[in-house]
Amino acid sequence: MSVLSPGRKVEKLDRLAELAAASADGRGVSLWREAARRLRRNPSAIAGAVILGIFVLIAAIGPFFVPYGPTETIGVANGEVRPAAGIIPGPSAEHWLGYDHLGRDEFSRMVVGARQTLLVGVVATLIGMTVGCLIGGIAGAAHGLGGRWGRRVDTVLMRIVDMMLALPSLLLAISIAALLGPSLATVMIAVGAIAVPIFARLLRGSMIAQANAEYVLAATALGVRKRRIALGHILPNSLAPVLVQMTLTLATAIIEAAALSFLGLGNPDPSTPEWGKMLSDAQRYLEISPGLAIYPAIAIIITAFGFTLLGEAMREALDPKLRA
Amino acid sequence: MSLSTSDSATWVGATSAGARGANRGSRSGAPLLEVTDLSVTFTPREAPAVAAVDGVSFTVDEGEVVGLVGESGCGKSVTSLAIMGLLPRRGVQVGGRAVFAGQDLLTLGDAALRDIRGREIAMIFQDPLSSLNPVVPIGVQVAEVLVRHRKLDRAQARRESAELLERVGIPDPQRRLREYPHQLSGGMRQRALIAMAVACQPRLLIADEPTTALDVTIQAQTLDLLKDLVRSSGTALIMITHDLGVVAGMCDTVNVLYAGRVVETAERVPLFANPYHPYTVGLLGSIPRLDRARGDRLTPIPGSVRDQLPWPEGCAFAPRCDRRTDACIGRPPQLTRVVVPPRTHRCVNPVVPAPATLEEVS
Repeated sequence: MSVLSPGRKVEKLDRLAELAAASADGRGVSLWREAARRLRRNPSAIAGAVILGIFVLIAAIGPFFVPYGPTETIGVANGEVRPAAGIIPGPSAEHWLGYDHLGRDEFSRMVVGARQTLLVGVVATLIGMTVGCLIGGIAGAAHGLGGRWGRRVDTVLMRIVDMMLALPSLLLAISIAALLGPSLATVMIAVGAIAVPIFARLLRGSMIAQANAEYVLAATALGVRKRRIALGHILPNSLAPVLVQMTLTLATAIIEAAALSFLGLGNPDPSTPEWGKMLSDAQRYLEISPGLAIYPAIAIIITAFGFTLLGEAMREALDPKLRA
Repeated sequence: MSLSTSDSATWVGATSAGARGANRGSRSGAPLLEVTDLSVTFTPREAPAVAAVDGVSFTVDEGEVVGLVGESGCGKSVTSLAIMGLLPRRGVQVGGRAVFAGQDLLTLGDAALRDIRGREIAMIFQDPLSSLNPVVPIGVQVAEVLVRHRKLDRAQARRESAELLERVGIPDPQRRLREYPHQLSGGMRQRALIAMAVACQPRLLIADEPTTALDVTIQAQTLDLLKDLVRSSGTALIMITHDLGVVAGMCDTVNVLYAGRVVETAERVPLFANPYHPYTVGLLGSIPRLDRARGDRLTPIPGSVRDQLPWPEGCAFAPRCDRRTDACIGRPPQLTRVVVPPRTHRCVNPVVPAPATLEEVS
């Protein structure tokens, strides 16, 4: 077509412009990296990250630097703490947060407890995420690509998940904890179980939405096999909400683990302090030393807050609608 | 671009291909793709059924460029999706036959169809951005097809992908392979998709409005590229478009669709020279032309595609047609075959052919 001949010149110019605009290092900038860049510009993401950074640092190296052992009943030994007489000394220069009811250094116990809290939160979230994503991924892939039988598989899996969702989460955790008997693993499993239906529902919904995307149609038109489409195309596009949910679940997992310990269903090992158990122990001495309840409560709140801040910021950064 | 030829050369190529198409009656063997009486009916659960495609028939010969032309909603895209077996199973009824190289694609099993897709028949979609997976690098997506159909290993696929990108005119392919779709321009993305479609040298390529989402200069480049690829490899092409300019530049044979039926089929030159069906006339009349006096108004077709009669009750185009007669209503117009110039049309009162010369066409 003679109309096209000016197009040649335009084409050359266009190519020059494209070459000029291309990134100099020649490396691909992935969407994840772009999301990370957007996170760095978000003040609440930075606040959340700082809080979590401090928390993780304390949990990781804090126990090596604590002034007293978390189980040393020094206050009772030197006679300063006499709970029966209503004497539990508060903060002082030697004991920054005072003694607890057994004469142990509260500050040391808080620091050592951070490790336990982080461990429970992370492991429980990983359990919940792994199991939930397995269920949700299978259901989502089956629904999106599996035809009539796939839909049946999806229906069965989702009814089970719905049953788990229908129970109040703490009740579910308590039943599981009661069933398995108190131990550290029990807490992790029980708290993880709460997150399973959430992750399952989330990944399934996300995958079903992606299954209708045009790139799936295009891949199908190229003859790409179903399994490859599910794993190589749909799944990577569906993971963003899961990642966000993971951060948010860490916050709730910490609170729920604390709640289980508070109810006496936590780790029965007295040698490892844990914020939830400290809170539960403190309630009997609220009148004498209210600080004992306030410190762990504030620590739990701040940690959960940090995870929530970061999670919300990640949700924004990964939102496909906000992608440039 | 290594493939680019001068425009005049392309013109010659197109004309000779047109001549080849004209003599195809003498060629031996069945057509590459023969679509017979294809119908697609959408049956939503709580709404009346809609016949999107209602008895479409056309053929595509080896190496031929066939246009499917019509307004939005005339069933062009649905036709192509039905041929590829890409329509959802639920709530859709597909009828008729689509015989490709001796096999009816509409009755073929899922696995067999998957083997054909991408290797024998490939498709290019309208929107290059949404047709590419946003979180997977271009290289992985191109290599995927090669691994799937040509059983290449990773290293081979990677080398071949770079060559493919080079062939479709993407500069610095090694770098582009590592990039993500959002880092490429619209034209680049469509080129990458074209590379994926021609990766296995399919015998038939279906391009569903491949240039609609691109801006005008890129449109021309993309069409040139497609034309070159198809001509050099002998791939047949179904060009789905609403743009008669695209048809004029590329197609050997043109099928004009209206309301889910083919209303006129002819080779390009006779179609443009003397369209028989009033709808074709209307489409041609609504193209802006350089040789028309300035200030002249375009002559649009009155009404819209929604103002149509169901085919069983008469000619679907009758409500918008200025050549409507009483015979148009009551029963559907039948296909009429005209020998010279060769064509088929579906009109009771076709436009009387005026003697035309080639100058008027170009």
